[in-house]
Amino acid sequence: MSTQTPVRPVESAQGPVEVHRRLPRFAPSGLYVAGIVVGALLAALTTGGFNIALTVVYGAVLGTLAVWLTSRAVEGRRKASDRLVTCLVTTAFVIALVPLVSLVYTVLDKGLERFDSEFFNSSMLGVVGEGGGAYHAILGTLIVTALTTVISVPIGLMTAIYLVEYGSGRLKKAITFLVDVMTGIPSIVAGLFAFALFSIFFGPGIRLGVMGAVALSVLMIPVVVRSAEEVLKLVPNELREASYALGVSKWRTIVKVVLRTSIAGLGTGITLAIARVIGETAPLLVTTGLITSTNMNPFDGRMTTLPVYAFYQLTQPGFPAEPAIARAWTAALVLIILVMALNIVARLISRFFAPKTGR
Amino acid sequence: MAKRIDVSDLDIYYSSFLAVQGVNVSIEPRSITALIGPSGCGKSTFLRSLNRMHEVIPGARVEGKVVIDGQDLYGAEVDPVDVRRQIGMVFQRPNPFPTMSIYDNVIAGVRLNSTRMKKSDMDDLVERSLKGANLWAEVKDRLNRPGSGLSGGQQQRLCIARAIAVEPEVLLMDEPCSALDPISTLAIEDLMTELKERFTIVIVTHNMQQAARVSTATGFFNLSGVGQPGRLVEFNPTEKIFSNPEEKATEDYISGRFG
Repeated sequence: MSTQTPVRPVESAQGPVEVHRRLPRFAPSGLYVAGIVVGALLAALTTGGFNIALTVVYGAVLGTLAVWLTSRAVEGRRKASDRLVTCLVTTAFVIALVPLVSLVYTVLDKGLERFDSEFFNSSMLGVVGEGGGAYHAILGTLIVTALTTVISVPIGLMTAIYLVEYGSGRLKKAITFLVDVMTGIPSIVAGLFAFALFSIFFGPGIRLGVMGAVALSVLMIPVVVRSAEEVLKLVPNELREASYALGVSKWRTIVKVVLRTSIAGLGTGITLAIARVIGETAPLLVTTGLITSTNMNPFDGRMTTLPVYAFYQLTQPGFPAEPAIARAWTAALVLIILVMALNIVARLISRFFAPKTGR
Repeated sequence: MAKRIDVSDLDIYYSSFLAVQGVNVSIEPRSITALIGPSGCGKSTFLRSLNRMHEVIPGARVEGKVVIDGQDLYGAEVDPVDVRRQIGMVFQRPNPFPTMSIYDNVIAGVRLNSTRMKKSDMDDLVERSLKGANLWAEVKDRLNRPGSGLSGGQQQRLCIARAIAVEPEVLLMDEPCSALDPISTLAIEDLMTELKERFTIVIVTHNMQQAARVSTATGFFNLSGVGQPGRLVEFNPTEKIFSNPEEKATEDYISGRFG
């Protein structure tokens, strides 16, 4: 196992500060790695071959134990607790990272097969088996999401402004409570709501792009309200007072000082809210439906979106199944790229619009 | 420009809590009036009631009269926004708008109200206000830099420039120097003495030397006990307050024998 050379011999205090022995700098990580190696050997012995899951489990336990015990023997209790918690936190982080890395790897691995120009330039009109693409689904997702944003952002932003700047008493509490409830609505319920709403006017069996936008708005509005509310609360009251003291009316203060100051946070929040709804599947299944051709008009007829497209390609691949399943993976990859792009946009917004300190 | 303020029987409440009771005072135009007293005795509350900033806090209200040149500020037909346009305010902590440049901060009163103004007039106004606030020489080469990049004392003078750019009649200052070093404080005190020629100034301060240095009249606020409303105990010319106060409480406070 690893070294545990004491840096300094323990002397009874020469100065007012007690001097403890310390582990050398790389000793803890070395010990941990050694623990993992032993864990791998143990896993190989018990199962008779290399086993990644058991290696991780044995390795994490043995590594943590090795670090803790060594540190306890050399450095004392307080340092040992510190090292133990550091090990636990790092392990938890790595475990949390595993699904993400695995997911990105799998989607890239399977999705890149059909990540070609045909996929982006053709719809599924008349396609059986090989070929075909998701041009119609990508457009559908962009149109439905844009429409959702147009509906949700004004409603959500104004609700947040009301809650922070105007609201008081029972109405404010009631709205806050209802927004919390809305946050927890299962997405299929939002879809059924939009379905029922449009059925009243157009009869059952109606499928429209705008229905999907309404369903997604039910999911997006509370997210926008919540994030905008938090951001608006961060604007210091001193700025509002400074504006009032200049004889500026309340509404102008909100638009030109409060919103202007918090624009970075608002932009980030809205972008992340879009990212949150762009991948919704269930509400779109019952509202926008599925077609094979391109439909650019959300107010007329069915419209395919990427999540629904991926869902149907996977569940009803037809024969032969392989091309359809490959298309589903590529659709998933495109969706992940869209969400990642939105996250990057959110970061850029918060960087470029943040108030400048300019020292 | 400068106007006289008459306050009669003013009671100030936060919801049902009476914070300040029975203030009667006349503030002369073109003078500096200092308000002193221990923390929590209602000086700032009283100051904020003079330009109706008090009611920005939910539940806060006022009973009584504040009359400025014959007009009751709390009259039914008076819009608080118009009141604040006449009576400017400088706060304890410098609060320039972080999203705006120095230039935009100075003309914020104009910009935020969307008043149309020619570019050359705006330039003049910025220069005049910054000169008025003794800041022009320090910032004239970097008017487009953010206002939050200035030092604390400069930021406070920027806030004063912003307040005087809307040409108010009265300037209220709520402990404008409490976050500043002695040199910046001196700069702002000199500035107040200059501004006295054009504005009526009311300043809240914890610094008794400052009150003695700059003000022509001084009011002493005090609490009669915990949970009791604050009162204006004495209001007299500054010389009299600091040499021969009428009230025992004032003398105790000023000489440091308070409590």
